[in-house]
Amino acid sequence: MNDYNFAYLDEQTKRMIRRAILKGVAIPGYQVPFASREMPMPYGWGTGGVQVSAACLTPEDTLKVIDQGADDTTNAVSIRKFFETTAGVATTEHTRGATVIQTRHRIPEEPLTEDQILVYQVPIPEPLRFLEPRETETRKMHALEDYGLMHVKLYEDIARHGAIATSYAYPVKVEDRYVMDPSPIPKFDNPKLESAAIQLFGAGREQRIYAIPPHTRVVSLDFEDHPFEPTKADAACDLCGAEHTYLDEVIIDDAGGRMFVCSDTDYCAQRQAAGHHGRLSPEDAA
Amino acid sequence: MTPLLSVRDVSKSYGQRIGCTEASFDLYPGEVMGIVGESGSGKSTLLNCLAGHLEPDRGEVIFDTRSDGPRDTLRMSEPERRMLARTDWAFVHQNPRDGLRMAVSAGGNVGERLMAVGARHYGKIRDGAIDWLGRVEIDESRIDDRPRAFSGGMQQRLQIARNLVTGPRLVFMDEPTGGLDVSVQARLLDLLRGLVREMGLSAIIVTHDLAVVRLLADRLMVMKSGRVVETGLTDQVLDDPQHPYTQLLVSSVLQV
Repeated sequence: MNDYNFAYLDEQTKRMIRRAILKGVAIPGYQVPFASREMPMPYGWGTGGVQVSAACLTPEDTLKVIDQGADDTTNAVSIRKFFETTAGVATTEHTRGATVIQTRHRIPEEPLTEDQILVYQVPIPEPLRFLEPRETETRKMHALEDYGLMHVKLYEDIARHGAIATSYAYPVKVEDRYVMDPSPIPKFDNPKLESAAIQLFGAGREQRIYAIPPHTRVVSLDFEDHPFEPTKADAACDLCGAEHTYLDEVIIDDAGGRMFVCSDTDYCAQRQAAGHHGRLSPEDAA
Repeated sequence: MTPLLSVRDVSKSYGQRIGCTEASFDLYPGEVMGIVGESGSGKSTLLNCLAGHLEPDRGEVIFDTRSDGPRDTLRMSEPERRMLARTDWAFVHQNPRDGLRMAVSAGGNVGERLMAVGARHYGKIRDGAIDWLGRVEIDESRIDDRPRAFSGGMQQRLQIARNLVTGPRLVFMDEPTGGLDVSVQARLLDLLRGLVREMGLSAIIVTHDLAVVRLLADRLMVMKSGRVVETGLTDQVLDDPQHPYTQLLVSSVLQV
């Protein structure tokens, strides 16, 4: 037992956040303002995601935390420990075993199910921010569905690089209405935004919550003659041999040596356990 | 003939001070109207009221829309007015920095209006942009340069291209030649005159430069202290001014 209220936040705060979440679910892709609290971690470390997770958690939940696909990096470990301490919930590294998954910059490779909640940490929720700096104006643009500017950004990409070079935080249109920033997930993950799980997005510093309800239509913006393409490194995972997953490139020596590994560590480990192996798997592993 | 724009009794005051008051006129298709007056005479206020940037306190601004005929734009809903502003209307600012996106390439600047009205084919948007850069005498090779890299005159021409690409019927211009040196001004005026004639545009030009209206405008409206003091055909007003203020204005021009 500890002296924290369940999941750190007080009950009134959690109610306030749940109201924002409900509104977000009711208007898919709309950014709902909420009274973000100071959390015992700096902005940019997932304060928005943590607050949304705290409002969603029940004592029976099993929590998984992903940081750039990995379960064992600082952010993932710290947030998992945070909720182990303050909520006493069970935690897991397995996507399938989790009921609430807080993620930073990735969607798990394993398809999610209807009884799961995926919580994203969002640094900048406004997709139009770098095109139009005034918040009053971007709100008006959302209200009036005035989204021509979003395509100007994609136009600039093609003009400068010959293809749409935006590779993460790729803007999407939710249910034919709101243009939304899917947080900095790679555009490889964009097709997975049409999911069976409920997806909640929390931006702590910017004080916004938004959501994609299950089975909602999510379309990545593009041009007719330059259609959207989910991209990944053109290689297979060197540990599990998977060719269909998003890969991290790891430099392994100072002579140009490199390897590609699944960014989703849990998925990779499960494939290795099932006997798959890649180019650099240890000899005795199989 | 239905006027393209019919302005009735438009007034706007800033607290106690009058911005412009009781301005009324009709603008017919293909006609260019000049509004002249000294600084602070309310000409920019009037222009901004007409273009929907400012909300006048009183009056009507009736525009002959393509779909439903004459409508009062002040009583339109915001989405309708915005749609009008990016299809049938154009606004050329005095300072191109106000009308351009400085961080976006020339092609993107011209293409923005096309994309805002739903163009989603990159190749066609680019072709449209190239066509328009040509028409305002900007070399095609500059299409991917940012406006920052352009001279003042080029920026102004780019702003004009960006505004005219959707084929508007009414152009508002606020001192389009202000801040340009005389030779660049002359080229710009030449270009504007060509485009206005060729596209059959109606335009309202606000300026304090009488040479500009002499070249471009069919009709003239002279403003002083927020009021219209004299209107008439351009040559008539400039050659035979009636109101003392207009006489002063005309006689203030330096003869070289």
